[in-house]
Amino acid sequence: MDGIHDMGGMDGFGKVVPEPNEPVFHQRWEGAAMAMSRAIGASGAWNIDQGRYGIELLAPRVYLSSSYYKRWFLRLEQMLLQRKLVDADEIAAGRGLRPGPPLKRGKFTHADVERIMKRGSFGRPELAPARYKPGDRVRARNIHPKGHTRLPRYVRGHLGTVERLHGCHVFPDSVVLGKGEDPQWLYTVCFEGRELWGDDAESGLIVSIDAFEPYLEPV
Amino acid sequence: MDLRVRALQTILVEKGYVEPAALDHIIEAYETRIGPHIGANAVAKAWNDPVFKASLLADATKAIGVFGRVGDHLVAVENTPQVHNMVVCTLCSCYPWDVLGLPPVWYKSFAYRSRAVKEPRSVLADFGITLPASTQIRVWDSTAETRFLVVPMRPTGTDGWREEKLALLVTRDSMIGTGLAKKPDEVA
Repeated sequence: MDGIHDMGGMDGFGKVVPEPNEPVFHQRWEGAAMAMSRAIGASGAWNIDQGRYGIELLAPRVYLSSSYYKRWFLRLEQMLLQRKLVDADEIAAGRGLRPGPPLKRGKFTHADVERIMKRGSFGRPELAPARYKPGDRVRARNIHPKGHTRLPRYVRGHLGTVERLHGCHVFPDSVVLGKGEDPQWLYTVCFEGRELWGDDAESGLIVSIDAFEPYLEPV
Repeated sequence: MDLRVRALQTILVEKGYVEPAALDHIIEAYETRIGPHIGANAVAKAWNDPVFKASLLADATKAIGVFGRVGDHLVAVENTPQVHNMVVCTLCSCYPWDVLGLPPVWYKSFAYRSRAVKEPRSVLADFGITLPASTQIRVWDSTAETRFLVVPMRPTGTDGWREEKLALLVTRDSMIGTGLAKKPDEVA
């Protein structure tokens, strides 16, 4: 979806302000929101792509006025309600009022923690030969799917060059549509600054994205 | 927020979905065990060991496996006088958690996510960094499950340093590409 989350190239957000000696969490609840989100996800309630889409579905005004971990928390609450793992009256009461449906992988316990400390693997066996090779000129397709996509707006319609192949990966667009992993070739594609930003580009800029094959068309 | 989050945690515990100790264990791991020191150790080793550096640039997941548990699809990219690499995720805030820990607030900020792909030199100026006009700036937008680790340039005046000492020069920001490695006189 052409949502507020797709921020590449927007103006008006001001300076980047690094914080010296920044703590891992600024408030206790941030850690709890992160840990609960990871635990529920790891228990099979939703996967990484569905989780990202959950954040993209937050209303733009909510997205813009919430901190990163607050967005995680709001997504967690919404998705628990949608999947009927938690009911609205329980949220209102602040306690569990009835047993819920079981999680796909059961209760998240201490024994599960190490498993999630390592990222999952999204590579899949190749089902077809790659359509492109390093050096090929490609155009990022001008598509505007209403669902989840990882093709940022700022490259759509622009010409780039394939730099690397990463094998076949789970295709997020398909996962969120409920159509399964549908693995696709993944490429690093480079775009010159002038191609993206015209005369306003900074000098000597190359931007790359990692693009799934269906995001690209031959030139 | 504190009350709301605590209330949801109570619900999840009472419904038997999560064990509270497991949540504490996740938080503790990111507060104490998983952080930029993992990436810094790899960079320091790459500075001293050309064979390791070659393997790091060829397959970072495999090479860094000796320093910690690293997930698939990690790509290390090397800064040189010709090319400066910088990493962003414009769509959410993807970040190499395995080797750098949790991302800082600025990395997740709308300012960084919006500007890094359009005006990285101006973003670098916010970090006090100015690079020569002749240096190409390569911005990696983390739009898939690949994750990127920048290998900063080794500072001059560090010949003969052991890896443990070199690692002290490797800052988190230098491995994102919004900073440079510290100079020898910046560490005691």
